[in-house]
Amino acid sequence: MAEQVMGPVTHEGRSPLSLVPKAESKQTMKDFKSDQEVRWCPGCGDYAVLAAVQGFMPDLGLAKENIVFVSGIGCSSRFPYYLNTYGMHSIHGRAPTIATGLAAARRDLSVWVVTGDGDALSIGGNHLIHTLRRNVNLKILLFNNRIYGLTKGQYSPTSEAGKITKSTPMGSLEAPFNPVSLALGAEASFVARTVDSDRKHLTSVLRAAADHPGTALVEIYQNCNIFNDGAFEVLKDKEQAQEAVIRLEHGEPIRFGLPYLEEDGGDGLGAKGVVRDQATGDLRIVDVTEHGTHGILVHDAHAASPITAFALSRLADADTLHHTPIGVLRSVQRPIYEQGMADQLEKAVEQQGKGDLAALLAGRDTWTVVG
Amino acid sequence: MTSQVSSPAGERPSGEKEVRRLDRVIIRFAGDSGDGMQLTGDRFTSETASFGNDLSTLPNFPAEIRAPAGTLPGVSSFQLHFADHDILTPGDAPNVLVAMNPAALKANVGDLPRGAELIINTDEFTKRAMAKVGYDADPLADGSLDGYSVHPVPLTTLTVEALKSYDLSRKDAGRSKNMFALGLLSWMYHRPTESTEQFLRTKFAKKPTLAEANVAAFRAGWNFGETTEDFAVSYEVAPATSAFPPGTYRNISGNLALSYGLIAASQQADLPLFLGSYPITPASDVLHELSKHKNFGIRTFQAEDEVAGIGAALGAAFGGALGVTTTSGPGVALKSEAIGLAVSLELPLLVIDVQRGGPSTGLPTKTEQADLLQAMYGRNGEAPVPIVAPSTPADCFTAALDAARIALTYRTPVFLLSDGYLANGSEPWRIPEVHELPDLRVQFAQGPNHTLDDGTEVFWPYKRDPQTLARPWAVPGTPGLEHRIGGIEKQDGSGNISYDPANHEFMVRTRQAKVDGVAVPDVEVDDPGSGDDGPAKVLVLGWGSTYGPITAAVRRIRREGQHRIAQAHLRYVNPFPANLGEVLARYDKVVVPEMNLGQLASLLRAKYLVDAQSYTQVRGLPFKAEQLADVLKETLTHG
Repeated sequence: MAEQVMGPVTHEGRSPLSLVPKAESKQTMKDFKSDQEVRWCPGCGDYAVLAAVQGFMPDLGLAKENIVFVSGIGCSSRFPYYLNTYGMHSIHGRAPTIATGLAAARRDLSVWVVTGDGDALSIGGNHLIHTLRRNVNLKILLFNNRIYGLTKGQYSPTSEAGKITKSTPMGSLEAPFNPVSLALGAEASFVARTVDSDRKHLTSVLRAAADHPGTALVEIYQNCNIFNDGAFEVLKDKEQAQEAVIRLEHGEPIRFGLPYLEEDGGDGLGAKGVVRDQATGDLRIVDVTEHGTHGILVHDAHAASPITAFALSRLADADTLHHTPIGVLRSVQRPIYEQGMADQLEKAVEQQGKGDLAALLAGRDTWTVVG
Repeated sequence: MTSQVSSPAGERPSGEKEVRRLDRVIIRFAGDSGDGMQLTGDRFTSETASFGNDLSTLPNFPAEIRAPAGTLPGVSSFQLHFADHDILTPGDAPNVLVAMNPAALKANVGDLPRGAELIINTDEFTKRAMAKVGYDADPLADGSLDGYSVHPVPLTTLTVEALKSYDLSRKDAGRSKNMFALGLLSWMYHRPTESTEQFLRTKFAKKPTLAEANVAAFRAGWNFGETTEDFAVSYEVAPATSAFPPGTYRNISGNLALSYGLIAASQQADLPLFLGSYPITPASDVLHELSKHKNFGIRTFQAEDEVAGIGAALGAAFGGALGVTTTSGPGVALKSEAIGLAVSLELPLLVIDVQRGGPSTGLPTKTEQADLLQAMYGRNGEAPVPIVAPSTPADCFTAALDAARIALTYRTPVFLLSDGYLANGSEPWRIPEVHELPDLRVQFAQGPNHTLDDGTEVFWPYKRDPQTLARPWAVPGTPGLEHRIGGIEKQDGSGNISYDPANHEFMVRTRQAKVDGVAVPDVEVDDPGSGDDGPAKVLVLGWGSTYGPITAAVRRIRREGQHRIAQAHLRYVNPFPANLGEVLARYDKVVVPEMNLGQLASLLRAKYLVDAQSYTQVRGLPFKAEQLADVLKETLTHG
């Protein structure tokens, strides 16, 4: 298979970050820490994400003053206060709107949105899907803990059906959203999933998101140790994770599970694999030891069609989280909203000349009264 | 003053017919919403403006794009008042009604004074069409129109006849009947015609046959007036030479003036304009207009909803743009939380509310002033927002500049309350010279503004200007000023999150003090003073779009010899002008006409303990001058 270059290149060959000034000197994690005391609950998964972000920001090499974090409301939305960049802690669900205006008005900024499952998928669901559809150059970090933390423990739009919470003492009656499926349905050009506790994976996904021209949605499974502790334990526990987590790497066969050892005639990769069911077109999981490696899907994050990415997102069991794919599910290039906007402004000047206020006000049909 | 008006040398009716001079005329075009009445009215207005009359217009149309044909709810009308002197309103009662069908006649005839001229398209007066609107007998034949000067004209037939050399179906040819009517009226009132012909050729540039057919229909209408016996008289309304100070003029609607005001504000502030908006009647025209002027660096963002519209504008403002959101009442309701955020963030933002009838969806295409208290108080917490209200269509231009001045100087969201009447109505506007416009440039924060006890120089986002109480505007991209702002209460100065009770008290009071301290000029009072009648005892006080009708009513009263009435009009509703309390105290009575149930009156009563008397109307239409004059006379006589 021909190697596809996944560089930060737009449809017009310009990097989304090329307009953002570079840092003049080398930065360290410390440069990105604000002087504010972090006030999440001890043990919260948010700490790990904050550390990962503070840790990888220097790698981007961008002028810190040209980075902006915008958040909504919720535990994770306190994030901007702890980063020594520009930031805005806005209102519930609306961060993508504010970030859209900021990014559209200022293409020299690297704009990040920090949001949660309630903020992005419940009160702000409309903004999320439209932002993804427009492909504004924003990086959206969706902290999904499958619970409402800041309001003290009600079910969220990603909580599993039947969830017992304060507001659902007899169990939630709602089917959860799968944020990755939702984003793919909303025409997202970049969709990834990662886990708070896997620093290395988290960082690599954030890095890929940062390089993506357009809206990047990163769902981060994040543990709320107070109201929904262990929600993702199955993905974190070393033994269970082998069966539960499907690590997606572009260009690699989709394999997971205990290794199919060479001494057993295997290739050392996971003993399970994902194949396309010829009858239904859907994906299914096979035991490679029986099925062999024939027909095992090779992950193509850059596929023009989102169909396979969507099917992958549906492999996970909503209740048990078994067969949860993590990594970059989709990363394709398509026109960026604010670039198109800037192009139209340029074109308007080419066609009409630079705006002349006096001429505009005068219009065409006038009459003169002389004194 | 030796004024002269340059008017195009239009055709003059040449025959033997009598020409009468009038000082003013009110014409109303009425037809189905698909009959092109708004276009007809616009064209007649343009001709009238370029002729040099003073004018004022009142478009009135249903919310439905094509309401069922021939029905009363489907009637669309356009009223134009033009005169050889300065006028203030679109007029109370039309002197001339053009009725394109029975529904248009039925819906409008009640507004006509006896003796008015009625031009009726007889082709549409079929039994079925008349029955549809409840005419049991033909009103043209049953004597019910006896008091009027009726001109029955088969407009459709004449139009089709005039266009028979064109390759058009009867139906398509008949659609030009509005241009026939326009031609006829243009003859009747000696309007210049070149601009309309030019307009039609431009509008139908891609369909030359249609362009020529419409021009032909327009000319046929003109010639019909010239030749037919039925129209024995034509009228001249001389240019309003003394009504206008010297200058170059154009006709302008409120929404266009508002759009230009926003563009001018952006240019004068040297800040790129960012409009975040969601389409809503009657504000959408501002979105459309601004979208045409991208060569001014204007970014227009049609958002997924009202909330996103203001969110994007606020985000752009954080980035150093002139952020604007345009909407109407229902949209303001949705934007309230974001306006509160803007109050807390203390960023400049313009919230344009082109008010319409409410509550809820209300009357989308009709006017009302019932969002005043929503603008004033419609947010959680103590969230004061300055309010600017233009008084006439052309005044929307200066109001936009004014609102921008306040927003930029004080770093605050500002409401601009226009309404459907101002938005769609039009009047002559003296085109300002760019050098006359205010300088709105701002200074972004450039470096640290505070020294900590240990001597460290830092940037404090909430350290205020002692005069204006405005906080610094530090835009992303400025090194060393990285800071975080948000909707949570902030510590005075540092802007860090603070739940301290005393700090909250201080911040709430400071935000209020900032808005209370916004510099607005004193309200001017038009008081004829102590003449023979003694000093005025009654003050009539309005705000916003009621300026025209109130002023016209006051003039009427004074013309009748009664001078004991003073008038004042508020452009700034929050904060009120500093002299307002003193002004109110001068008069025995204060009458407050409003197109709501007394919202300004409530504010005045609450703040100044004055026994303001409300006179209110919520009919979706502006006040009529005569009706207001009657009410004011009653107050003058009986108190």
